[in-house]
Amino acid sequence: MTSLIKSFSHVFEKDESHVHVENNAQPYWNPYITGIGLGLVLLAAYVIMGRGLGASGAVSTVVAVGVNTIAPEHASGNQFYTEYLGDGKTNPLKDWLVFEVLGVIAGGFLSGTLAHRVKKGIDKGPRVSNRTRLIYAFIGGGLMGFGAKLARGCTSGQALSGGAILNLGSWAFMMMIFAGGYAAAYFMRRQWL
Amino acid sequence: MNAPFFKFELFSSDVSLIIAFVIGIGFGFMLERGGFGSARILAAQFYFGNMRVLKVMFTAIVTAMIGIYFLSVIGFMDLSLIYVSNTYIIPQVLGGLILGVGFVIGGYCPGTSMVAFSTGKIDGLIYVLGIFAGIFVFGELFPLITNFYYSTDMGSVTIPSFFGLSYGLVVFLVIVMAIGAFAVAEWSEKKFADRNPEKSL
Repeated sequence: MTSLIKSFSHVFEKDESHVHVENNAQPYWNPYITGIGLGLVLLAAYVIMGRGLGASGAVSTVVAVGVNTIAPEHASGNQFYTEYLGDGKTNPLKDWLVFEVLGVIAGGFLSGTLAHRVKKGIDKGPRVSNRTRLIYAFIGGGLMGFGAKLARGCTSGQALSGGAILNLGSWAFMMMIFAGGYAAAYFMRRQWL
Repeated sequence: MNAPFFKFELFSSDVSLIIAFVIGIGFGFMLERGGFGSARILAAQFYFGNMRVLKVMFTAIVTAMIGIYFLSVIGFMDLSLIYVSNTYIIPQVLGGLILGVGFVIGGYCPGTSMVAFSTGKIDGLIYVLGIFAGIFVFGELFPLITNFYYSTDMGSVTIPSFFGLSYGLVVFLVIVMAIGAFAVAEWSEKKFADRNPEKSL
């Protein structure tokens, strides 16, 4: 993994010279306007489908399919994987969240392209190396994946979607995200400030 | 009563996948518009310098919440057909804490890391790989933590049902709380303006 990260940061360093050239990125939208837009997308999901948005669930499906491909017996003996693999009659990848997340990737790219914000780079504070940043990104993603499974959803599926239908567990979860983030912020200040 | 459309079988589950993709586009588009493809902006939430996470999230929750409530009051949408997943309070509280720590270490959450990756951020891509790893570890450990995973099951419970308040009153209280949070956020951004990465982007 470390060598992989190293090679990624190398790719970036070579590009650094012309990263700043095309700096005509548009400013972000007003957060309240964006929030209303996002809320309407979420409302549409509820009105059309009767369900909210999500993100981590799609990764779970892909992980379960991956494990099942490499070690089918191992996967079938684990309730966590079997739940995502389904009854075997339909392809587990033909899943609502998998298609929704493909849309998220497309939508992010579309918005970024229109606003001239698509560019290769590593986003970080000025006081941290690329390598450290990428290692932290991997660790953070790992914690997020693990925590999201424990909580039965991430910021999208649990906090945002559950929050809008006043799910008690979702609100408790959301408060704890902020608590955990603020508690850990001091130790991570070198990465961001 | 016509909504949720899918629950009234107005279209097939194959069509629902197309809808999933279209809704996903809207979701990803809004996340990127809001600045959530940038780890620095997201992380600045935890240093009080840029409160976009809180503002966008609470505005979205309030918007969808009012919409759902309104559509159910006028009889267009059947609220009972919207599945409120069970609350497992201790695992969810612990999961939330882990997520919060992961948020400030990694700079993203799962949805925003997809948008970061799609707009060229290498840290976004590495973060996504991290999510895969974290979920794989969770899957492998699942047989050992199954009991904890299903512990403190409170059933399908909402804030109104738990506290014995009317749905409309809770909707109102959430709006009041959100407005209060926005006021604090605006004050905080002024006070910690030197910690706002948006100005240097």
